[in-house]
Amino acid sequence: MDEGGGRAVNDFVDAIGFIFSERDSPAGGTRVGGLGEIWELMWPHLKLSGASLGIACAIAIPLGLWLGHRGRGGFLAINASNVGRAVPSLALIAFFMAYIGVGFTNLTLALVLLALPPVLTNTYTGVRQVDRDAVDSARGMGMTGPQIVRRVELPLALPLIFGGIRTSAVNVVATATIAPLAGVVTLGDPIINVNTYGDEGRLAAAIVVALLAVATEVALGTAQRAVTPRGLKVNRREALT
Amino acid sequence: MNISDSAHASGPSARPKAATLEFREATKRYPGQDEPAVNELSLTVPAGEICVLVGPSGCGKTTAMRMVNRMTQITAGDILLDGQSVRERRPAELRRGIGYAIQQVGLFPHLSVADNIGTVPRLLGWDRERIRARVDELLELVSLDAHETRDRFPGQLSGGQRQRVGVARALAVDPPLMLMDEPFGAIDPINRERLQNEFLRLQREIRKTVVFVTHDIDEAIKIGDRIAIMQRGGHLAQYAPPAELLMYPANPFVEDFVGSDRALKRLALQRVRDVDLWKAPLVRVGEPVAEARAKLSDSEVPFPLLVDGDRRPLGWLSERALAGERVTEELRSKPEPLLELDDVLRDALSDLLAEEAQYGPVVDERGAVRGVLSIEILSHALKTDPEHVPSGADAP
Amino acid sequence: MSTLLAQVEIRDRTEASCVSDNGFCPDWIVDNLDRYVNPFFQHVLLTVVALAIGFAIAFTLAVIAYRRRWLIGPVTQVTGVLYTVPSIAAFFLLLPITGRGFLTATIALVAYSLLIIFRNVLTGLDNVPGETKDAGRGMGLTPRQLLWRVELPLALPEILAGLRIAATTTVGLATLAFFAGAGGLGERIFDQITFKSNVVVAGGLAVLLAAVLDGLILLFQRAVTPWTRAVGAR
Repeated sequence: MDEGGGRAVNDFVDAIGFIFSERDSPAGGTRVGGLGEIWELMWPHLKLSGASLGIACAIAIPLGLWLGHRGRGGFLAINASNVGRAVPSLALIAFFMAYIGVGFTNLTLALVLLALPPVLTNTYTGVRQVDRDAVDSARGMGMTGPQIVRRVELPLALPLIFGGIRTSAVNVVATATIAPLAGVVTLGDPIINVNTYGDEGRLAAAIVVALLAVATEVALGTAQRAVTPRGLKVNRREALT
Repeated sequence: MNISDSAHASGPSARPKAATLEFREATKRYPGQDEPAVNELSLTVPAGEICVLVGPSGCGKTTAMRMVNRMTQITAGDILLDGQSVRERRPAELRRGIGYAIQQVGLFPHLSVADNIGTVPRLLGWDRERIRARVDELLELVSLDAHETRDRFPGQLSGGQRQRVGVARALAVDPPLMLMDEPFGAIDPINRERLQNEFLRLQREIRKTVVFVTHDIDEAIKIGDRIAIMQRGGHLAQYAPPAELLMYPANPFVEDFVGSDRALKRLALQRVRDVDLWKAPLVRVGEPVAEARAKLSDSEVPFPLLVDGDRRPLGWLSERALAGERVTEELRSKPEPLLELDDVLRDALSDLLAEEAQYGPVVDERGAVRGVLSIEILSHALKTDPEHVPSGADAP
Repeated sequence: MSTLLAQVEIRDRTEASCVSDNGFCPDWIVDNLDRYVNPFFQHVLLTVVALAIGFAIAFTLAVIAYRRRWLIGPVTQVTGVLYTVPSIAAFFLLLPITGRGFLTATIALVAYSLLIIFRNVLTGLDNVPGETKDAGRGMGLTPRQLLWRVELPLALPEILAGLRIAATTTVGLATLAFFAGAGGLGERIFDQITFKSNVVVAGGLAVLLAAVLDGLILLFQRAVTPWTRAVGAR
């Protein structure tokens, strides 16, 4: 056991080394490793994740707001997440690769589909759980539909919406790891093409991906707390002044 | 402690099941608070009596009740159940011998009515058949159709039904003591009156020792054999039967709390069955008019009361009904308000006033007419010598 | 395309042309269904084992934390991190310690499911109405009796909802388990990732499995919580 434990520690030490110092590729012919490499892999990863998430939000949030405000399409909005959960990310990507093709754009499309359900569901439920009395008084004050959405429902739904964005962000960052399968080189490359980077490269990539995911979660969690209206944090009643 | 099988009584002496309860300088202090919630409360509840704890919110009445079954720990002093300190008993075991009914009832939503009621019997290891019989018996006791109700879930019951099931559940193992915390508080006033009357009828039958908490002084007077009025800070202001409370309040607080309309409150102490009712001139359709007129002249009620074959009232007859040879169904007004033998006079008075009626038929449990109550009779009762005013749950 | 031809079994001309055109080929699917049987059962095994262990751990933690509230914060943080770390990264982080195979995959899948189940069990228990607990205690139920006879049954809908979510996500994540050397349907997808028929069958089976598990748990829930369906006061 000691030997195994010792080996594990060695592996991790090697992986950390990979992150910080360049070395020759085990497959020969190129140099791998070092912070520069990590960044070269991370940037496409972030680009892909950011683009997909951004587009998904641009679609899902307005749609969710509208459906939630009208009280329609609840079945769709809520079950979108149930269905989305049942489709494995690998299957989604493979499906896109088989039917639509590889490349950054196509992959982004696939990830948009992946990111949509949580944001949609959370936006919808976020709007639905807004205090009905608050909406009622807003209407009574003469606010139009869009104004109610903008001034009452959206701010009060923001915490839940951010929760959905959080979930999607983590999912997207995780799935972007297998993007190399579709021809987009991200932090998952050392995992998929382990021969080029070596075992320490693979472990290093795993570490970096894990840290990136946690960082994303923490960052968005902070953002979520930041957008929670103070009144809601103290827990309660009137949102209208 | 023996747990009996039956809820019915053959007479007060056949029920050795009620316990005596004694508060001995019982005190409850919460850490960080200057004033105790219950301050050296001392009183004794004789077996088979209803002791009502009443007072403004924050007076400690609920806390005091919860100290009996140790839902709230006793800080100082003691509480003795049949002479034995509750502090010496293990809490869960103690509570299984005490009926507990709270305001929101707290029925288990996931169990049927039958399983709810059977919870403690099951804990005590009764066999299935015995529990089943007991459940049916209890449902009948609280005026619910056993066959229809036993398999329902609490979510399918109305508020009043839930309350009744809650009482049935508290009575399940025939405990010698019952603790009830505003059990009728969440019910609308009309049904609350009915439930109070039924509870008193029940108590007449089964004679338990009951500690009953309420903030409503009228309910206290109606229900209690003895009333303990509590003040803020957990002080006992006065502990006495209702009549004594009304006639000789111990201090300004009690006087104020009981209210200035003490005379009218006295009406809450007598029941319809306690007063002399007018004889009702009952006639049926098709009866010879001569007979009807004879009954009418014999009674102090100015109009004949039409009844059906079971003596149930259908309405007051107009002159036209007596125009021919035989009585016809020509009503001048409906029979309401229908008053019950167990109604307190105060409720009967307000029913009469609500219908703007001078008199109303009094019916028994089966709905048959037993007499007529009038405003005259009531104003006479108001003038009655207080020495002769009976207490709440006594039967004549 | 020629590598594809070399890999797949071809029965006849029409099937061959369908395959070489990379269309959706029902014939090919029928002929090659047996290739998916083993991976499917691996997938089922992986999912069910991971769920069972994950549920056992998370449920126990939640029941303990229900009474000892100070545990909730730390447990949520830890399971939260486990939830956030992508499973594929987890597989390789575990590799040096537990090696390739079923164990590594199971550990990662169990870790992922903990937060969801823990949260739902706790929420379910916290949502039991106060007066129901008060009545139960007042009647003489010990804390343990109260937990098992009242609080947990009433928390079941919430608990099973969490289990459903954990089940579907675990099926999804198990498709990546082949990275850890544990096989599963993902391996089939990965083998011929551009072949439409393959992707549809393998992916479809995964989705089917998720749907079936979800449905089974839902049916179970309906069966054991009859009071949630009996509505309507008189």
